[in-house]
Amino acid sequence: MARLHVMERSHAQAVMDDLHDALGRRLAVSSLAPCPVEFTAALVRMCSTQSCGKCTPCRVGLRALDDLLQDVLEGDANDDTLALIERTAETIYYSSDCAIGYEAGEMALTAIRGFRDDFEHHIQHHSCGFDRAEQVPCVSGCPAHVDIPGYISLVEAGRNTDAVKLIRKDNPLPCVCGLVCEHPCEMHCRRGMVDDPMNILALKRFATEHMECDYRPAIASATGKKIAIVGGGPAGLSCAYYLVVMGHKVTIFEQRKHLGGMLRYGIPSYRLPRERLQSEIDWILACGIDVELEHSIDAAELERLGADFDSVYLAIGAHADKKLGLPNEDAPGVESAVKMLRAIGDEVMPDLSDQRIVVVGGGNVAMDVARSAVRLGAQKVSIVYRRRICDMTAQDAEIAGAQAEGCEILELTAPVAVEVDASGHACGLRVQPQIIGEPRRGRPAPRASEEAERVIACERIYVAIGQDIVSAPFEAMGVACKWGRILTEPDGSVPGFDGMFCGGDCQTGPATVIRAINAGKVAAANIDHYLGFDHKIGIDTELPSLKLKGLHKCGRCELKEREAGERIDDWELVEQGLSSEEARQEASRCLRCDHFGFGSFRGGRIDQW
Amino acid sequence: MVTITIDGNVCEVPANTTILEAAASVGIKIPTLCYLKDLNEVGGCRVCVVEVEGAEHLVAACNNIVLDGMVVHTNTPKVRAARMTNVELLLSQHDSSCTSCVRSGNCTLQTVANDLGIYRLPYKKHVEHNSWDRTFPLIRDNEKCIRCLRCIQVCEKVQGLGVWDLTNRASHASVDVCGRKPITEVDCAACGQCITHCPVGALRERDDTERVFDAMADPNKVVMFQIAPAVRTSWGEELGLSREEATVERLCSLLHAMGASYVFDTDFSADLTIMEEGSELLHRIARHDAGGEDAPALPLMTSCCPGWVRYVKARYPQFVPQVSTSKSPQQMFGAMAKTHYADALGVEAKDVFCVSVMPCVAKKTEAALPTMVGEGGDPDVDVVLTVREVVRMIRASHMDPASYEDRELDRPLGFGTGAGVIFGTTGGVMEAALRSAYFLVVGENPAPDAFKGVRGCDGWREAVFDLNGRELRVAVAHGLANAGKLLDALERGAVHYDFVEVMACPGGCVGGGGQPIQDGVELADERAAVLRALDHDAQIRFSHENPDVAACYRDFLCEPLSELSEKLLHTDHTAWDMP
Repeated sequence: MARLHVMERSHAQAVMDDLHDALGRRLAVSSLAPCPVEFTAALVRMCSTQSCGKCTPCRVGLRALDDLLQDVLEGDANDDTLALIERTAETIYYSSDCAIGYEAGEMALTAIRGFRDDFEHHIQHHSCGFDRAEQVPCVSGCPAHVDIPGYISLVEAGRNTDAVKLIRKDNPLPCVCGLVCEHPCEMHCRRGMVDDPMNILALKRFATEHMECDYRPAIASATGKKIAIVGGGPAGLSCAYYLVVMGHKVTIFEQRKHLGGMLRYGIPSYRLPRERLQSEIDWILACGIDVELEHSIDAAELERLGADFDSVYLAIGAHADKKLGLPNEDAPGVESAVKMLRAIGDEVMPDLSDQRIVVVGGGNVAMDVARSAVRLGAQKVSIVYRRRICDMTAQDAEIAGAQAEGCEILELTAPVAVEVDASGHACGLRVQPQIIGEPRRGRPAPRASEEAERVIACERIYVAIGQDIVSAPFEAMGVACKWGRILTEPDGSVPGFDGMFCGGDCQTGPATVIRAINAGKVAAANIDHYLGFDHKIGIDTELPSLKLKGLHKCGRCELKEREAGERIDDWELVEQGLSSEEARQEASRCLRCDHFGFGSFRGGRIDQW
Repeated sequence: MVTITIDGNVCEVPANTTILEAAASVGIKIPTLCYLKDLNEVGGCRVCVVEVEGAEHLVAACNNIVLDGMVVHTNTPKVRAARMTNVELLLSQHDSSCTSCVRSGNCTLQTVANDLGIYRLPYKKHVEHNSWDRTFPLIRDNEKCIRCLRCIQVCEKVQGLGVWDLTNRASHASVDVCGRKPITEVDCAACGQCITHCPVGALRERDDTERVFDAMADPNKVVMFQIAPAVRTSWGEELGLSREEATVERLCSLLHAMGASYVFDTDFSADLTIMEEGSELLHRIARHDAGGEDAPALPLMTSCCPGWVRYVKARYPQFVPQVSTSKSPQQMFGAMAKTHYADALGVEAKDVFCVSVMPCVAKKTEAALPTMVGEGGDPDVDVVLTVREVVRMIRASHMDPASYEDRELDRPLGFGTGAGVIFGTTGGVMEAALRSAYFLVVGENPAPDAFKGVRGCDGWREAVFDLNGRELRVAVAHGLANAGKLLDALERGAVHYDFVEVMACPGGCVGGGGQPIQDGVELADERAAVLRALDHDAQIRFSHENPDVAACYRDFLCEPLSELSEKLLHTDHTAWDMP
């Protein structure tokens, strides 16, 4: 008999691997669906399958825990059960010999403690008190609840104008979102269980780029009500659009030269071309919206607006830069990302020719600054980040884009001080190499490693570590704020200021375009209601009848990018849209959860709001 | 040496000491359940968990060593809660019908649960039922198994067999016969080591006590007991008797009171075995040394241990022709009792009911062999009881052993020599055989302790003696894994012996699988000392000097290896098959 054998992968092992992949895909897209107690029970049971059977807490404890959770689900539990569940999970966590057991125990404990209300609801009422968040998963995942299966079916039918119309029922900026939305809808796409989630972003872009004709929305008869909107970013524009469609008179006050807010002053043109943004804004304005540009609203002005208008919507965004708090941070040559991108938004292009640039930060803004710097002629661009690349909050595509364009990412590198030359100008960034360690607030946190500090020589440093809200003037006049954010009631109204509403980044803190758009939509509905109306926003297009196609496995079409070497010399769009062939195929992948599954019972389609 | 703090006690212990042993060194007893030193240090039950400062998770004390500066807490609320929960979890898969369990009162799970003050079972019961052929002498009740894995380990590591395995994983993890085969279809030696290492009642011998009670109640039956050598070292352990009190004579007295017609001593037939096996050895050596085509191979191997015979037949059939054809003392006794002695008493063989009290489970298989029958086809030995069964019978008879006087064993089958008594310990058969072989060759007795070179506790020992100018190479092995190594070496030609003694159980019969159980304590050495002392103090220390054996040959058998001896006292190991 041979002493050793070459490892061979058995057929069963291959099947096991496939099933693990399938399960992983399923879990990745299904977090909206389960009852917390059902899920915990299944989780515990799944964990128990990994037990080797050696140790008591893992082998017996997980099964006993499952029994107790079944008792909860079957209405056979009482408060003692909950205490026993917790004690059992604690024992599994504390006394298991290996991670199979103690990590299962920890997950169970997290679930039991995090879902305690749901457990108690089951025990006391013998029913699940958890909101059924998932009706149609993509729609549920979209903050604006855009009718995604609906417009995809229209794209598939070749009716792109109707698709755009349907999108505008919930989101008046489909062109913008087709380019820069963070697409949380895809995170929950049920198609992910089959192969890959739908490329919803790309289909939306395709629809906006292939409209058969333009159209104008129907405007309700004039109500005579006047609404002032402070801030012309996505929240303000969204709110303005719906209010004007409802027949109200709307005026937008914008402190800068152009509308668009962060869409213009935060996102570079190669991701969101200026002319496309402007044409979408113009389309909205054509509904009959007044705009006052370069009109900053201070506290006194706000009071005046309150008096002159029937309602005021505050959507000032989050445009103030955050500071690192490092020595010499105020030296010439150190600038904030916000200021740089704002200047570009106003077509004032800094000349970075032959300069070495350091960008501090790991979010999308840091990538935007770095990639803009490349286009501005920088000789070398380094992105300094104190955690690892995989910890960056920037989207993977943005990170990859920056790297492809020649930006160097220095991970695990923490800025310590700005070095200045004899003239006091920044000439380098002193950094301390880091080592990744224990998690803090959910993410592995870095700490200083034993390596020595070093200096990255450069001519210019951009700080991109987040934005703040300029809420102080309003806070001074009595608007309640917390951590700079303006506090509102759940309907968006500002307490103590009759008729004043607020939303977007200034209320949530820096967030995504689609959340701001939804904030504007919500505000429009609630302002309409406040003014005593009940206008409905709906659709006048028939959807194509559903065709049974059967399920065919098919990969997801991704957007292609222009060659890096070519694109760094201009500000044109980097990503190229889907071809018609790709769009047809991609649209046909949609599982139509509005019809199949729970969607055919409840919430398959929201025709109006 | 490392310095550690356990429950506030600062102590210094050698490096590589486990937390469990370090705690014991300062008088802190951490409860354990699955742990068996050197054999099962897997940390599976999680009962011995302790808190180590700086570690979030609890740590098993049995298989983690102390580190310098370690601060250990063995009894915090966190520790107690985990221990209690883990025992409650085990109880959820355990048939807790303690009142009808053979291990009640001697069950580690029961003790641990009682000690922890567990008075309710909060978890739903999931008791595993396994199918089992209850005619087999070894019985597994998975209703009671707590998956401590000890049986797997002892069978694999000590016996080299691997009868048991973890047959499922995860929450259905179950210990059973490897591959879930019926026990009757695998090569289990029936040694019973799994039983004596089981902390609960999941493993036990088939209980044959009712059959003995029934026989004793039958006025037509002459019930003859034989008591194996090693029984006298241990039978009092569970009855609260000291080794001095628990004499074989007191057991004789109890068995008579219980209803035995005669109580004899297997020491007698051990002496008889020596006469047959010793003669066989000398014949074989002579024929071997003479050479020629028919020259038999050496070494000759002992045959008195049925666990070993089962093992060699199953795993090393090529060596079966070298196993002595002499029956074991138990079977020689049965054969003599139902022939010569029945005749002497004037009773028919069918009315004689032979009961043997053995430290052994495999003896139950041996007595049931198709070859171990008399003229009428009835078994020579009707029932084999383990020491544990006999103890249960004493209890069931409501006897207070301390109040019984010693009673001499009945003659003539009740007298054995010091050579017969050491059959119960490793090396004893070898030593007894050499004493008589020397006499048979040289014509005079050697010094009784001349062959003490074969004593000891190493698993595989060798010695060389001079037998009247012929160098005699002998070896002794105990524990079947050691026997396997020895046979492998023989097979390779790496070693050469003339005579080999093998006992399946570690320490020999004193460590037998039918002995009383004291969890976590190996008592073989202590029990062996009893046998050695009995031999040392015996008036006769040579089997060939046993007057009753001599009379037996004179009146009935003629001489060792005579035709009648061959018929009654020898057997054909190839006449039955192992699975």
